[in-house]
Amino acid sequence: MSEAAPLIEIEHLTMRFGGLVAVDDVSFIGRPREITAIIGPNGAGKTTVFNCITGFYRPTIGRLLLRGDRQYLLERMLGHEIGQQARVARTFQNIRLFPAMTVLENLLVAQHNKLMLASGYSVFGLLGLRRYRRAEEAAVELARAWLDRIGLVDAADRPAGELPYGAQRRLEIARAMCTEPCLLCLDEPAAGLNPRESAELNQLLVSIRDRDGIGVLLIEHDMSVVMSISNHVVVLDYGRKIAEGAPAVIQRDPAVIRAYLGTDEERLDG
Amino acid sequence: MGLRLPTMLKDAGLTALVAAALGIFIVGFHTVDVGSRTGLSFDYQFGDLGVALVVIFFGRLGLSLAAEGLRWPAIALGAAMIAVGASPLRLPSSFLHWFVVLGGVLLVIRAAWPSATHAISSFAKTPTGRVVDHLGNQWAGWLLLTLAVVLPFTPMADQKTMDLGVLILTYVMLGWGLNIVVGLAGLLDLGYVAFYAVGAYSYALLSTQHGLGFWAVLPLAGMMAASFGVLLGFPVLRLRGDYLAIVTLGFGEIIRLVILNWVDLTSGPAGIGSIPGPTLFGAVFAETAPTGKQTVAEMLGIPFNSNHRLIYLYYIILVLALITNLFTQRMRRLPVGRAWEALREDETACKALGINPTNTKLTAFAIGAMFAGFAGSFFAAKQRFISPESFTFIESAIILAIVVLGGMGSQVGVVLAAVLLIGLPEWFRELGNYRMLAFGLAMVMIMVFRPRGLIAHREPSIRLHPVKARGSG
Repeated sequence: MSEAAPLIEIEHLTMRFGGLVAVDDVSFIGRPREITAIIGPNGAGKTTVFNCITGFYRPTIGRLLLRGDRQYLLERMLGHEIGQQARVARTFQNIRLFPAMTVLENLLVAQHNKLMLASGYSVFGLLGLRRYRRAEEAAVELARAWLDRIGLVDAADRPAGELPYGAQRRLEIARAMCTEPCLLCLDEPAAGLNPRESAELNQLLVSIRDRDGIGVLLIEHDMSVVMSISNHVVVLDYGRKIAEGAPAVIQRDPAVIRAYLGTDEERLDG
Repeated sequence: MGLRLPTMLKDAGLTALVAAALGIFIVGFHTVDVGSRTGLSFDYQFGDLGVALVVIFFGRLGLSLAAEGLRWPAIALGAAMIAVGASPLRLPSSFLHWFVVLGGVLLVIRAAWPSATHAISSFAKTPTGRVVDHLGNQWAGWLLLTLAVVLPFTPMADQKTMDLGVLILTYVMLGWGLNIVVGLAGLLDLGYVAFYAVGAYSYALLSTQHGLGFWAVLPLAGMMAASFGVLLGFPVLRLRGDYLAIVTLGFGEIIRLVILNWVDLTSGPAGIGSIPGPTLFGAVFAETAPTGKQTVAEMLGIPFNSNHRLIYLYYIILVLALITNLFTQRMRRLPVGRAWEALREDETACKALGINPTNTKLTAFAIGAMFAGFAGSFFAAKQRFISPESFTFIESAIILAIVVLGGMGSQVGVVLAAVLLIGLPEWFRELGNYRMLAFGLAMVMIMVFRPRGLIAHREPSIRLHPVKARGSG
């Protein structure tokens, strides 16, 4: 285990929808410069945990403490405030780009709050002041740097919806990174990628962890991705945490194997 | 390959027969009121019916030819129909001339369509084509602007044309204003006319009751409408799509009903009359000035001409519309404009990126409403009389149709659509009763051939790689 102080502490997180308990008393931590993978069978509550962290759901019970530039209690914040102030960014299981806007525009929208301030809530921007122009140039530079990292510089002026699937996945990660987050939550980034694209994604995620030095929470079904790049793995099943530890330990954990492959009786039931 | 001529002739004959069966009672007979004692009697118009059937026969034949790829015979047939319709030949009624010409035009378009679209799309793919396409999008705007500026000085500029010009420009401005809300922010607003009404009544009341001038009230009317925009914005923020449309529709009706029933303030259905027109540096447009004021003719030392007022109004609305356009173009390139478009594309993703959807939507509503307020106070100053009847739902629908037909978010598209939607019905007046039929046909044609609006092209708000011509294509 690394010595770094936790970036995010999830304590006793419970999320109920009517009678259904989607997440039941889950606690774990995520550290900076580490990739924390959350795995589990379909319907285990992984995305619900993400939705609680990023403010799309308000947890029924639990505390979500983020130690960024200061401490934030995420469960008390509105959806967009978490991105704006606490600097938590996320991607979605089904890609959510702005398809009609160009690749570059997608990355500029991600820098909205910074640019909004620089444009004096549009007043300076309307007047065409240099202060805003310089801020926009800097924003374009940041976007270009990210396009370079994901290999999409040439496609910068194409509508994002026209990109191939793998490129859209990478663009969504770059867009999240353009918000300059301290915690990045990735919801199945490798879904639908071929092995080559999946390997490229691994490199990208490792570079985000090591070069940008931020914490990453990763939901993933592709075990090759999870086992090769994550530092810490949390396993959920039916909303409960059933195991936690280093990837090599998790691979041999009997409870995890049971959750993924089922017990003998369950297998007979089919 | 394909059908033979006898088969086509048989098909055309059958079509004419069906048309005859359908048309005999609609076109073939009409009733005549012959006085109270005998009531109604029949009159026969078999001449009209016969001509129509001949047109339908040849039209169907032409369509079959075009469908078989025999382009030139079909075009020849269409041209012949146009020639007959436009010739001094006496057809039984004047409408039949239109009918024959329209049939011919449609036939020619149908025959030339596949090769024309093919040529255009293959040209657009070449590097030169891409540059032409890019420039065309910019030049179209400049061309329209030049036309609009010089129009009052051309010999065409009689009172009727100028009136129509002012009307079209008013709708262009409203279209551009609504384009912010619907085209950019993607919020379907069916009650836009409410803000137009707020602007109109702001000017009407402040000028008739407090003696304020047009130029003083204009910004006030804009602010008034904008605050109504925020007022509407708050309750509907959580709604999306159809639900939003219904609530805005209701809001539009509420404003109209309040105006209709608050008789003490707005004098209700009687409306507000004798609203002063806009002044030029304090001078009024009239033959004789009220005491203490000067007429424009006196100030400039030119003879009085009633057209001057209209030309002045024309330029006011032209400038107001251009301000709307420039403002919108500028906003599109600012973070808030990009956030509007992002909100239209995906609200959830916007929230995840830390964009406050509430504020973003409210600015779109407020700014869109503000321009409607400007247009409204111009309308009141132009008409000099307003009543709730000018602000019915159909106005909202027309403005929305302009935005949608123009191509959502396209500024030049709005102009073209406004010219079509407002100009065509005026043009078609010569068609008498068939006016709305022709109008409907034109709308259906646009939606069939350009389902995403007249101009579906979206110009990026910023480019990493500037467009340039690469060699000669």
